[in-house]
Amino acid sequence: MALKIVKGSIDRMFDKNLQDLVRGIRNHKEDEAKYISTCIDEIKQELKQDNIAVKANAVCKLTYLQMLGYDVSWAAFNIVEVMSSSKFTYKRIGYLAASQCFHESTDVIMLTTNQIRKDLSSPNQYDTGVALTGLSCFVTPDLARDLANDIMTLMSHTKPYIRKKAVLIMYKVFLKYPESLRPAFPRLKEKLEDPDPGVQSAAVNVICELARRNPKNYLSLAPLFFKLMTSSTNNWVLIKIIKLFIQVLKYLGLLAMSKILKTHPKSVQSHKDLILQCLDDKDESIRLRALDLLYGMVSKKNLMEIVKKLMLHVDKAEGTTYRDELLTKIIDICSQSNYQYITNFEWYISILVELTRLEGTRHGHLIASQMLDVAIRVKAIRIFAVAQMATLLDNAHLLTGNMQRNGICEVLYAAAWICGEFSEHLENPMQTLEAMLRPKVATLPGHIQAVYVQNAAKLFSTVLKSQEGSTEGTAAQETSQLMIDRLPLFVQSANLEVQERASCILQLVKYIQKLQQKEVEVAEEVSALFAGELNPVAPKAQKKVPVPEGLDLDAWINEPPSESESEDEQPKAIFAKEEPKHSRSRHTEVDEKELARRREARKQEQANNPFYIKASPSSQKVYQESPGVEHIPVVQIDLTVPLKVPGLPMSDQYLKLEEERRQKERADKKKKEKKKRKEKRSGRGRRHDSGPESEEDITPAHMVDIVTEEMPENALPSDDDDKDPNDPHKALDIDLDKPLADSEKLPVRSHRAAKVAKSPVEDGDAENTPPSQEPKKKSSKEKREKKKDKDRDRKKSKEEKKKKKHKHEEKEEDLLGGEADEPVVQSEDTTEVVALPTSTNAETYILPTPDNRLLTMSSTSIFLFFFIEQKSSKHKKKKQKKEKEEKEKKKKKKHHHHHRHHSDGGADESVQNGTVEDEEPLPPMSNYCLLAENSYIKMMCLTLNHKVCDIQGNLQDGSQVVVSVIFENKCDSLLKSMEFNVLDSLNSKLQRPEGSGPHDGFTVPFQLPPGVSNEARLVFTVQSIVMPQKMKGTLTFIVKNEDSSIHEKLDFKLHFTCTSYLITTPCYSDAFAKLLESGDLKCSSVRLEEVNMPFHHLLARICFHHHFSVVERIDSCASMYSRSIQGHHVCLLVKTSGQTVSIDAKCDEPTLLGNVLDEIKQTFSQC
Amino acid sequence: MIRAILIFNNHGKPRLSKFYEHYTEDTEQQIIRETFHLVSKRDENVCNFLEGGMLIGGSDYKLIYRHYATLYFVFCVDSSESELGILDLIQVFVETLDKCFENVCELDLIFHVDKVHNILAEMVMGGMVLETNMNEIIMQVDAQNKMEKSETFIFQSTRQDR
Repeated sequence: MALKIVKGSIDRMFDKNLQDLVRGIRNHKEDEAKYISTCIDEIKQELKQDNIAVKANAVCKLTYLQMLGYDVSWAAFNIVEVMSSSKFTYKRIGYLAASQCFHESTDVIMLTTNQIRKDLSSPNQYDTGVALTGLSCFVTPDLARDLANDIMTLMSHTKPYIRKKAVLIMYKVFLKYPESLRPAFPRLKEKLEDPDPGVQSAAVNVICELARRNPKNYLSLAPLFFKLMTSSTNNWVLIKIIKLFIQVLKYLGLLAMSKILKTHPKSVQSHKDLILQCLDDKDESIRLRALDLLYGMVSKKNLMEIVKKLMLHVDKAEGTTYRDELLTKIIDICSQSNYQYITNFEWYISILVELTRLEGTRHGHLIASQMLDVAIRVKAIRIFAVAQMATLLDNAHLLTGNMQRNGICEVLYAAAWICGEFSEHLENPMQTLEAMLRPKVATLPGHIQAVYVQNAAKLFSTVLKSQEGSTEGTAAQETSQLMIDRLPLFVQSANLEVQERASCILQLVKYIQKLQQKEVEVAEEVSALFAGELNPVAPKAQKKVPVPEGLDLDAWINEPPSESESEDEQPKAIFAKEEPKHSRSRHTEVDEKELARRREARKQEQANNPFYIKASPSSQKVYQESPGVEHIPVVQIDLTVPLKVPGLPMSDQYLKLEEERRQKERADKKKKEKKKRKEKRSGRGRRHDSGPESEEDITPAHMVDIVTEEMPENALPSDDDDKDPNDPHKALDIDLDKPLADSEKLPVRSHRAAKVAKSPVEDGDAENTPPSQEPKKKSSKEKREKKKDKDRDRKKSKEEKKKKKHKHEEKEEDLLGGEADEPVVQSEDTTEVVALPTSTNAETYILPTPDNRLLTMSSTSIFLFFFIEQKSSKHKKKKQKKEKEEKEKKKKKKHHHHHRHHSDGGADESVQNGTVEDEEPLPPMSNYCLLAENSYIKMMCLTLNHKVCDIQGNLQDGSQVVVSVIFENKCDSLLKSMEFNVLDSLNSKLQRPEGSGPHDGFTVPFQLPPGVSNEARLVFTVQSIVMPQKMKGTLTFIVKNEDSSIHEKLDFKLHFTCTSYLITTPCYSDAFAKLLESGDLKCSSVRLEEVNMPFHHLLARICFHHHFSVVERIDSCASMYSRSIQGHHVCLLVKTSGQTVSIDAKCDEPTLLGNVLDEIKQTFSQC
Repeated sequence: MIRAILIFNNHGKPRLSKFYEHYTEDTEQQIIRETFHLVSKRDENVCNFLEGGMLIGGSDYKLIYRHYATLYFVFCVDSSESELGILDLIQVFVETLDKCFENVCELDLIFHVDKVHNILAEMVMGGMVLETNMNEIIMQVDAQNKMEKSETFIFQSTRQDR
C-alpha cells in the first residue's frame, strides 16, 4: 500500500501541473487546439490512475480548460471522486471544478448528496466552507430538499465563518425548494441580529433578495432593518468612491431622477433642459438614461419641443443602435398612455413621415404600425393622413433605394393600406392608384405587395365611383384597363399571397370591364365589396372572449373509443348518455321556447363577437380615459392648416402653428376672463390670476376622437396578463406569518434527527400569530338586510334559471324534509327554517356567460334557488299559494336531465349527492362576513368563486375571485363618491377598469341614500391559491348632508381564505374512488373535538362554509369532494363517533389542503 | 445578485470566468466575447456602468467594470445590487489579489487561476456578496493555504520516508 502511494507521488512529479499546462498553451500559440487535445488525452490517462493526487491535478487542469471553453462534463464522475478526498487540498479542487461545470442536469450530482452532507458536518470548518461554496453554485431541487435541514443547523454553527455561508446559501435553497422558506425563516430573522457583522450582512442580503421579489411578506421586518441601518457601521464606504467618479455621479443622478420622477413628476420637469443636454453626452450609457427620463416627463405642453430636440439628435446620431433607440423612444413618448400628450395629430403624422427618411433603421414596422393606429383611431386626422400617405406612395422610390436591407419599406405597407381603406379622402385617387401599380412595386417584399394589390382594388372602386358619377363613361373604362394592364405583373409574383390576390382581383376587374362595355353601372356594387368600417380590436380581445355557456372546450366531441374515462366528472358527458330517456316525448312542447332561447343566445354571442361586424357602429366609444381630455372644450380648428403640403411636410411648421394657436387661444381666454371678471367683480371678488399655463388649459387642435379598441362586452379587465409565469421567485411568495403545519417540516434523515431537537418549527409556532378568525355571527338586523338582498337576487336568478335549465338536475329522491314556504335560509324566524341540502351544484353555474347579469348574481342566491326548485318539485302540493310559480317550474323540469348513478339503490341508507330526508332542520347559516363598519357605513363581504382558467388549472393565467361587497348606509345622510381601494400584493390584485393605474381605486357605481344597502362586485386576480391571503384596503366616501359634506374613510382587511378558492363540484362515487386510487394525492387529517351537532348539520356546514359536496354518506361516515378554481381535487372522509369528528383528507396540493383543514377546524371551533 | 464575474485582458483573453447561472461552454465563451466587445470600446473617462449584453440577460442586467492596466474586471449584476457597492467590491477584490500575490500582475492570474478562484470564493458565494472586509478575506484565504501546506508537508514527508 505504502509502495503504491510512493509510486503515485513519483509519477506525479513527471505530470504536468496547471502551470505547465498554461505555459504549454502559451508556447503553442499556432496550434493551440492541437496541443490542448493532446493535453486532454494526458488528462484522461491521469484520471484512470488510482492516485487521488494525480486525479486532483488532472481535475485542476480541466477546470482551467473549462474556462477556455472546453466541455469537461465527461469527467464529472472523476470530479466527484476528487471532491470525496479526505484531504482539503484535493477536496477544494474538486469542489471548484464542480462549481464551474455542474448544473441541474448533471446526473452524477445525485451521487454527491451524502458526500456533501458529510462535508457539511466535518469538524474542519474549511471543509464545510468549501462544500457550502461549491453547493451554492450547483444546488438542485433534490439537493436543496435533502440538505435544507443540515444547512439550517449550520446557521447556528459556532463559527461565524460557517454561519454566514450557511445563511447566504439558504437563499439558493429557497429558490430551489420553496417549501423550506417558512420553516427556515424564523432562524433567518434571528440572524439579522447576529453578533458577527458578516453574518448580519449575509442575512440582510438574503432577506433583501427575498423582499425584492415579494415585498409585502417582509413588511414586518421593516423596523428591524431600520434599527440595523442606524446602528450598523457600514463598511461599504460610499463617499470615497463617489469622489473617484465624477462621471459616475451624472449617471447616478439621472438614475435617481428617474426614480423621483415616478413619485414627483413636477419637480423633475423643471430640469428638462439639463436632461436634454445629457443627450449630447459622449457616453452612450448616459444618453440612454436621459432618454428614459424624457419618456417620463413629457406633458402636453412640452411634447412637441422634446420631440423636436430628439429629431435633431436622430439626424446627428452616428451608429444605428443609438439612432434606433432614439426612434423607438420618440414613438414611445408620443404614443404613451393612448396618445395622451398629443394635441396635434397632424404634427405627429409629419413626425412619422420624417422618420421614414432614416436610413438603415430596423424599426420600419414600428413607424408603420403607428401610422395605421393613428389613422384608424383618430378619425379627424384621416384626411390629412391619407394625403401624406399618398405623397409617400408617390415618392416610394426615395425610400426603396436599398430597401431589401432596410426595414423602412414597411412604412409603405401602412401607406398603401391607409390610402386604400380611406380612399374616399384622397385628393387624386387616380394618381395614387397609378403609383401603387408601378412596376417597381414588384421589388418590394411580398407581404407589402399583397397589401398593395388589395388596396389597389379598394382604390379602384373609389375611382370608379367618382368616374361613373361624371358623364364620361370612357374614363371608368380606362381605369379598368389600367388595372388589367398592370395586375398581370403581380399575378406572376413568386409570393403566393400576392399571386392569389392579384389573380382574384384581375378576374374581378375583367368582369367589371365586360359589364362596363355593356354600359352597366357597376360602381355601387364594387364599392359594396369594401363597405363597412374596420374597428380596432384590442390585442387581448381574443383571449377575453368568454367561453360561451354550456361549451366545454375539454369535453369530447365524440366519445373516445375506449371505455377508459378515468376521472370523468363532467356531468355533461353523463347527461349525454341519459338524454334520450327524457327528451323525446316533451320535445314538441318546448320547441317554441327553446327556439326563442337559442335566438337570444345567438344574438348575445354575436354581440360579444368582436369579429362580427355590427349593423350600427354604436359600439364606438368616444375616448374618455384621461381626465384632462374630458373637460377640455372642443375647439374647432380655426387656423387654416394647409392640408395639401407640397412635398414632404416639415413637422416644424406644425410646431410653430401650434404655438401660435396656443398663444391665440390664451389671448382669447384672457379676454374672456377679463370680461368675466368685470362682470363678476361686484360679486365674489378677485378670481385667481391665470398664471403660467396649466396642463388643462391646452386645448387639442383636433377633437381627439380616439376610438377605443374593441373588447368583448363582458371581458373582465385584467392588468397582469403580461406577467412572467416562469419567474422562480413566484414560488417564494409565501406568507411567513403563518404558523407552520406539520407537513411543512423539513425532511430530516432519521439518524440525524437528534441534531434538530429544537427545530425552528417550534420557534415559528411560538412567534407567529394564529390565522385570522372566520366570519363572526351576525346580528339579526344584518340578517334581515341580507334577506332583502336575497329576495332581490332570487328574482334575478329566476330569469337566469330559465336560460340554464338544461343544465340543472332533477333530484326528487335527494331532497330534504321540512317545510319550505319561505325559502330564505338566513331568515331569523325559526318557523321558516329550512334544512339545507348537503349537496348543491349551485356554484358550478357561476361561469362566465355572455350575459353580464349572471355575474351580478350571488352564489348563495343560486344555491337557494336551486334548493327551492328541489323543494317545489317534491312538495308542490303543499304549496298552493305558489301555484303559479310551480307551473313554471314544472315546465322547466321537463328539460332537466336527471342523473343518478345507482338510481335503484335507494334500499339502504346510502345516499348520493344528498342527505336523508328525515333529519332535524338546520340552523341558519350565512357566509357573508363583516368587512368593516363605522358610524356611517357597514361593509359585508362574500367571496364567490369565478373560474376563468381551464379545467387543467392553467396556473399561468392566474385565477379570478369575485368578491361581493354589500354596502349599507347606517347614517341619515347620503353617501356618495364611494371609492374602494386595496393595496395590491404580488399574489392578489384588484382588477381595475382598463386604463386606470395600479393604485387607482374602484369607484362604487352607486350612491347610498340613508338606510339603503346595495351590493357591488369586485374582481380579484389571484396567482397562487394554496395560501390564504389578506389585503389591506380603504373605502373613501363623501357623507353629504343638506348643508355640508364630509370626506370620510374606512379601513378594512380583506381576507381570502383558502376555502374561498374552492368551488362546489359534484362528484360521483366511482369517479371519487378512482381519484383516491390514483395515488397522486397527498394525505392529511384533522380531529375536531366536542362537536355538538347532528352529523348532517356538520356535513351541511362543511358544504355551506367550505364549498364541499357530499359524495356518499353511510351512517356516521361521509365522503365529500370539492375542487379548487385551479383544478386541485380535495377529498374528505368525515367520520364521527360521539363528539369527536375525524376528517381524513386528500389533495394534490398539500399546502392548500393544510390550510383548508385549518379553516374547517376554525369553523367548528366557533360553534 | 451577481450573475457572472469575468476577468479578461485588453485583447479579450479570459483570465477568470465565474458564472453563477448555468450556461453551456459555448455560450460562456460568447458572453465573454460580447462583454469584451461592449466594455473595450468604451473610453477611459466614461462611467463604469453599462447595460448588459443580449446573452447575459439584456438591459435588466448591468455590467459594472473597472480597468486596471492590462485587465478588465467585469461584474454582471441585476438591479438588486448597488453600482457603487460593486465598484467597491471590485476594488476590494483587486486589493486582496494584490496582497495575496504581492504586487499582482496579469501573469499571476494566468498561472494561478485556481488561487484567484479560491480568493473570490471568500468574497462572493453563489452570486451573493459574502464578505467585503479585506482583512477577513485574507485571513481566511491564508488559513486555508496554511492547511493546504500542512497537507503537502505530510505528503512530502511520506516521500522522504522512502
